[in-house]
Amino acid sequence: MARETAFNIVLSVLLVAAPVATSLLGEPFYVTLATRIAILALAAVGLNMALGLGGLVSFGHAAFFGLGGYVAGILAVHAFNMEPMFAGIPGTKLMPVIWLVAIVACALLAFVIGAISLRTSGVYFIMITLAFAQMAFYFAISWPAYGGEDGLSFFVRNNFPGIDTLRPLSFLAICYGLLGLSLVFFHRLQHSRFGSALQAARQNETRLAAVGIRPFHVRLAAFVISAAVTGVAGALFADLNRFVSPSMLSWQMSGELIVLIILGGVGRLYGPVAGATLYVLLEFALGGITERWQFFLGLILLGVVLFARGGVIGVFAGRPRHG
Amino acid sequence: MKKTLAACALAILASTGAAVAEPVKIGMITTLSGGGAGLGIDVRDAFELAIKKSGNAEIEIIVEDDAQKPELAVQIADKMVQSDKVDLLTGIIWSNLAMAVVPSVTAQDIIYLSPNAGPSPLAGAQCNKNYFNVAYQNDNFHEAMGEYANADYKKMFILAPNYPAGKDSLTGFKRYYKGEIAGEVYTQLGQTDYAAEIAQIRASDADGVFIFLPGGMGIAFTKQYAQSGVGTPLMGPGFSFSQDVLGAIGDAALGVRNSASWAKDLDNAANKDFVAAFQAEYNRLPSIYAAQAYDTANLILSALAKAGVKDKDAFRAALKEADFATVRGKFRFNSNQHPIQDIYVREVVKEGDVITNRIIGTAFTDHGDAYAKDCKI
Amino acid sequence: MQATLFLEQLLNGLQFGFMLFLMAAGLTLIFGVMGLINLAHGSLYMIGAFACAAVAAATGSFWLGLMASLAAAAAAGALIEVVVIRRLYQRDHLDQVLATFALILILSEATRWLFGSLPLYLDIPPLLQGTVPLPGGSRYQLYRLALIGAGAAVAIGLYLLIARTRMGMRIRAGESDREMIAALGVDIRSLYTIVFALGAALAGFAGAMVGALQSVQIGMGEPVLILAFVVIVIGGIGSIRGALVGALLVGVVDTLGRFLLPALLSTFVSPSAAASTGAALASMLIYVVMALILAIRPQGLFPAGS
Repeated sequence: MARETAFNIVLSVLLVAAPVATSLLGEPFYVTLATRIAILALAAVGLNMALGLGGLVSFGHAAFFGLGGYVAGILAVHAFNMEPMFAGIPGTKLMPVIWLVAIVACALLAFVIGAISLRTSGVYFIMITLAFAQMAFYFAISWPAYGGEDGLSFFVRNNFPGIDTLRPLSFLAICYGLLGLSLVFFHRLQHSRFGSALQAARQNETRLAAVGIRPFHVRLAAFVISAAVTGVAGALFADLNRFVSPSMLSWQMSGELIVLIILGGVGRLYGPVAGATLYVLLEFALGGITERWQFFLGLILLGVVLFARGGVIGVFAGRPRHG
Repeated sequence: MKKTLAACALAILASTGAAVAEPVKIGMITTLSGGGAGLGIDVRDAFELAIKKSGNAEIEIIVEDDAQKPELAVQIADKMVQSDKVDLLTGIIWSNLAMAVVPSVTAQDIIYLSPNAGPSPLAGAQCNKNYFNVAYQNDNFHEAMGEYANADYKKMFILAPNYPAGKDSLTGFKRYYKGEIAGEVYTQLGQTDYAAEIAQIRASDADGVFIFLPGGMGIAFTKQYAQSGVGTPLMGPGFSFSQDVLGAIGDAALGVRNSASWAKDLDNAANKDFVAAFQAEYNRLPSIYAAQAYDTANLILSALAKAGVKDKDAFRAALKEADFATVRGKFRFNSNQHPIQDIYVREVVKEGDVITNRIIGTAFTDHGDAYAKDCKI
Repeated sequence: MQATLFLEQLLNGLQFGFMLFLMAAGLTLIFGVMGLINLAHGSLYMIGAFACAAVAAATGSFWLGLMASLAAAAAAGALIEVVVIRRLYQRDHLDQVLATFALILILSEATRWLFGSLPLYLDIPPLLQGTVPLPGGSRYQLYRLALIGAGAAVAIGLYLLIARTRMGMRIRAGESDREMIAALGVDIRSLYTIVFALGAALAGFAGAMVGALQSVQIGMGEPVLILAFVVIVIGGIGSIRGALVGALLVGVVDTLGRFLLPALLSTFVSPSAAASTGAALASMLIYVVMALILAIRPQGLFPAGS
């Protein structure tokens, strides 16, 4: 346990120190890279609330990631062009408002998807969540109003009161702030009564039912919370790229989020952070070396599964912990 | 310190004319893996060939694979601008990737030259002084086919995938086609089985079929269409019948009419030289993507001969003159920095064992695009 | 005329369904026996298509290519099983997902390394070229009829293999109780390798047969993989019969949806708008069907073990 905590602290320090240092050395790009890591980690922390705590392997979280992204994109574009959306509601460039809308929209969508999907379990659950995400994907591709497959670009990053979001380090600080909040939230959730019920629902459903808690309700609540967190990450991702497109809704994106968690270590607080760090750095470093980077990325991922059980954190901190 | 040195160097360069080559960094973001890799590899190879032939050793090209993912393309663009500090960007194949990258890099005052893909927003309201399209506006080839179809076809069946470029395609076709539309069908993006659509074509009374299905979709459709024995004449934009896919379609493509701004038999010295050099270097025939990338590189070289790349205004002006030996015979920029060029009609033929295209006519002379009027540079 | 067109579309739907069945059968067999989620199944499909195209180009015979596709996919499958998959049976599904996701990346790039980036040429064999008349005056492509035949033959073959042979008995035993058959002295390791190779060969066969109709290119397996998963989930995971019913259902619904939805909408809106909205709805249709079926029957149409 202590070694895992030490690993988490070292990783946190590195993730803060490295971009600040490179930024001072005149290499601002590494700030962008760190921002990408933070956002993908946030999305995966969201997924981990369903997957790690509740054992709900959602292969459709790209739907929430993309919805969050489109919320940011659509509100920003309407604000930029000064044209109201439906029913005269104006767009906005204020990040907190965008996040709130993303949370509400993703929670609503997750409530509908979850209410249907949670009737199934196991591989059926994996595939039915995929089905819903595919519906969203094809809808976004063929819906012309917001760019279809071409996506939607907005030129200037959205605003946060009191912070100049155009400065890469400021935007990174916002993303780290939200990632930190989500980790604290995850930790408290894990050790709350709700968290115990959720983990009990994964391990022993009948016992939970015996104390009068409906596992379905617990799981649905977890799924909705998980989707909302991933949705905020989607909004940030849109802000990072100043662009949102249906590829954020693709099944490959859902797969990537799952991969981040497994890579880092399932059921670990810092699993998504470690996974996102390794994945983004590998993608970046290998892509710069060879055009066959996907081949070597595959080999490394395979090596991690076969020989590093429990993901990256497992290697450093020993046996996986299943709370 | 660095800055003053650079400024001195620039001043010296300016005083001696631009004859002394200065180091230039060009970032190329293109697709080198996955199903669309063939196009990106042609763009990279032709671009490198042109630079190599020029003998300009001061040009450094940084190539990275976008894997056809918009988010990855944005990340690479950020890296090339912020870390590699490139002077110019080029290379993107797909419209959706261009839409992700171009607005943000041109806003950072980086010049982007498109060797392929010309989405309509970038030609119209969102045009930018830093964005030069050396290929075409997306609608151009489709418009040419619409114009060509007027002569012999009274009822056309038209088909494209259900995404923005597909809708632009059919809109572009209908902009010039005056006959009747026997059927208009949108297919799923990435669809590989077209039996249902071919059955509809068979059941319609169309006397011609126009398709826009790039990449693997076009290969699948053309094979299945030939196998079905429907026999109604097939035509489309050059993308579906370019050199990179003709080998995979085989004899099924013979006789298909298609439109493009270039063909390997176009009769001019630059083109003959290009086709021979490309074949000698890579042992295959160039595609239209290769031709466009070759022109892009030569356009850059021509501008470098006139102005330093650090002096953005002078360099943009030099680019805009388009004073280079194009393999397309003639080329100039419209007010929105998109091409004004001839669009030809080609026919797929067999030369020995090789299936390729031959020019059979000209659909448009000095053709611009419909969006230039919305562009205010 | 409309009736003829409808008949032709129904045949197209069946043909698409049988093609999906070839993919889904291997996937569901592997899941049923070993409990393994194999995302790399699409890569085996691609390997089959490339092997067939390469051998057909070298020898001029599609049939030799077809043999090669079976051999190459089965060999690749056996190799993957022995080197990688074997270590994953005891792991949870998530490790299997990551490992087979990694295999997709490796196999795609390795194939590109071997064969280059351009799509390969593969045509249908002369014997099966041409069309046959349909009642009502239309014509139907012979090769597509042959695909329906091949799909049906594989369905019957698999049924006989599992219901009537010693090997099938072991497979059924493996599905219901793994410890028991190991205790009975059946060499479970080689049984698993054989089942995996068999599933791979089915995928390779599908790739070769379909490759003659479509484009033989890198990444061709992924869209089919997703559809095959849809099929086995609708049918009930592990059930060959479910895979057959699911595949035919998906094939027919998808084909008729693409054809009928735009026509239906065109009675309300302009043809152009109907074409694009109809196409958008059609692309979502099978996922809607799948969600509906799972909402009503959470274990699919034919739950395993029933």
